[in-house]
Amino acid sequence: MDIETVKIRADKVQVFYGENHAIKDVDVNILDKTVTAFIGPSGCGKSTFLRCLNRMNDTIPSCRVEGGITLDGEDIYDPRVDPVQLRAKVGMVFQKPNPFPKSIYDNVAYGPRIHGLTRSKAELDEVVEKSLRRAALWNEVKDRLQAPGTGLSGGQQQRLCIARAVATEPEVLLMDEPCSALDPIATAQVEELIDELRENFSVVIVTHSMQQAARVSQKTAFFHLGNLVEYGETTQIFTNPRDPRTESYITGRIG
Amino acid sequence: MSGRSLFAKDARTAARNRAERRFRAFGFSAILLALLALVWLLVSILTAGAPAFRQTFLTFPVTLEAKLLDKSGIADPAALSKVTTTTYGKLLAKALEAEIAARGIEAGDMKSKDFAKMLSEESAATLRNMVLADPSLIGQTITFRALASGRIDGYYKGRVTMESAALDKNVSPAQLALAERLKEAGVLTITFNPGFLTMPDASDKRPEAAGLGIAIVGSFLMMAVVLVLSLPIGVAASVYLEEFAPRNRWTDLIEVNIANLAAVPSIVYGILGLAIFINFAGLPQSAPIVGGLVLTLMTLPRIIIPTRAALKAVPPSIRDAALGVGASKLQTVFHHVLPLAMPGILTGMIIGLAQALGETAPLLLIGMVAFVRDFPGGFFDPAAALPVQVYNWTTRGDPGFVERASGAIIVLLAFLILMNAVAIFLRRKFERRW
Repeated sequence: MDIETVKIRADKVQVFYGENHAIKDVDVNILDKTVTAFIGPSGCGKSTFLRCLNRMNDTIPSCRVEGGITLDGEDIYDPRVDPVQLRAKVGMVFQKPNPFPKSIYDNVAYGPRIHGLTRSKAELDEVVEKSLRRAALWNEVKDRLQAPGTGLSGGQQQRLCIARAVATEPEVLLMDEPCSALDPIATAQVEELIDELRENFSVVIVTHSMQQAARVSQKTAFFHLGNLVEYGETTQIFTNPRDPRTESYITGRIG
Repeated sequence: MSGRSLFAKDARTAARNRAERRFRAFGFSAILLALLALVWLLVSILTAGAPAFRQTFLTFPVTLEAKLLDKSGIADPAALSKVTTTTYGKLLAKALEAEIAARGIEAGDMKSKDFAKMLSEESAATLRNMVLADPSLIGQTITFRALASGRIDGYYKGRVTMESAALDKNVSPAQLALAERLKEAGVLTITFNPGFLTMPDASDKRPEAAGLGIAIVGSFLMMAVVLVLSLPIGVAASVYLEEFAPRNRWTDLIEVNIANLAAVPSIVYGILGLAIFINFAGLPQSAPIVGGLVLTLMTLPRIIIPTRAALKAVPPSIRDAALGVGASKLQTVFHHVLPLAMPGILTGMIIGLAQALGETAPLLLIGMVAFVRDFPGGFFDPAAALPVQVYNWTTRGDPGFVERASGAIIVLLAFLILMNAVAIFLRRKFERRW
């Protein structure tokens, strides 16, 4: 095992939606080049916490975040931080595939274009190809890059969204239930992909499927009613949970 | 065992089916009624307005005698312009009389004055303008197509009969009988009248010469002002309110006010325009710029509301996607949200413009109802407007204006249909699925 480096450190994070205290005292260290799964029953705050990690919650006016979240030791809620720059470093894939109603090529090229990552058309072509290959989509779409991204199947659309997210060379990839709208075959493809992405990125995935968490992740965090109940090695969480609530959830008694 | 067959309807089901049949019948008759009303409207306007596009003309040779028109013989423009339309009118009457005599058409005991009355007074002015524009015509004999008088024209459009002519001091049965003979001889013709679309308005006594030229130009200039001002202002206001503004008491208040402003009677905007643009800012009356500004004020809320609805209809997942790859708020709006909302925005825009095009009341208050004979050279010159011209003509006494007003309505409807067609076309073109 190489030395485990902490990529994101959350320290006593609180999230409020108006009066509603959605996340309570969450401390978690997310490691580099590791897949971390967030599991828990619906409404437990796992997606909310995920969205704190790239400040997507900023778009919700009533949402207030307290406590500290650092990326490589830098506080991402520091007033000097521009969330736009943060989001280029911390990419996100959403629950429902949401390609832009543009061509496949433009979907992937959008991020590099707005961040000015490439200097020539050839370089951009290269980035698009590399990203699509990383998302295991290149072979299926290489002949129709100008076709609309919305014309792809659900699984292909989700992989296109992953390609779009990795095209900006993020350091962390956040995935909010990326397989919930996909069929089992597409799910298997995306899961395989997540395992490959681990080589280059730190991946955080929110999932409702415990089997999925067990299959793809090395670390698992169990959330319940806004609290982080237990965080540890995935094998340990699933075989030998320390907290009785975790055990109840993974054996299907709460949720 | 219920024991009841599926084939036997129970009372409740029968009652439900009856209720549904009743509702369908009501719905169908409502549609039928609406369609009938529409057909009635179109048929009545088209039958009343179509004659405005056809006009009665008398074509005959006119000798432009130099001793009458250019006494000095040196074609001095100042001297030429001293010759009034009365002289030209006499010249035309004489030429018509001569033509009738030359063709051997029986004219009865008509006097020179009676021949003159068969021609529109406008014809003399037209001939005079021709000569002033080209003095070299003096001394030549030209074939001139003169407008027939409104009553002669009305005879061929069913407004005037031999019986009514006997009671009318403006026309006599003898003139009508002569007109019939002239028609047989080919001197009098009824043809398409481009002047209806190009000529300026004419005075109360000359319905045959009244045209929509200035009204069309005026309406076009006002629409240009409305488009240039309300599209950017309306879209910018909508985008700001929908995407950037914080949600608080102030924005709620603004929202409620925009919704209310859309329902404010248009004449109120006319009073506002009169107070602000004419009395305070000192802009000229009857000018397309003022009309355009007033209509812009009126149109803005009607554009902001559909634009905001179109922006709201863009799925939030697209915004998330753009923000998620690190686009700024502005990039998200301009690269993704606005293009997707475009069909809705354009439709709202064109419907707003169409409403503005048909608006009459506010224009009456800022003086667009004035009688304008000269084509406007720009946004600050007096002009008329299509709907105001309709209003104007319906208030005139001569029955000839009924047909003119209906014809103007046809032109207005044609513009509205054209604009709606453009809206549908743009909608189809920009519509994308997500």
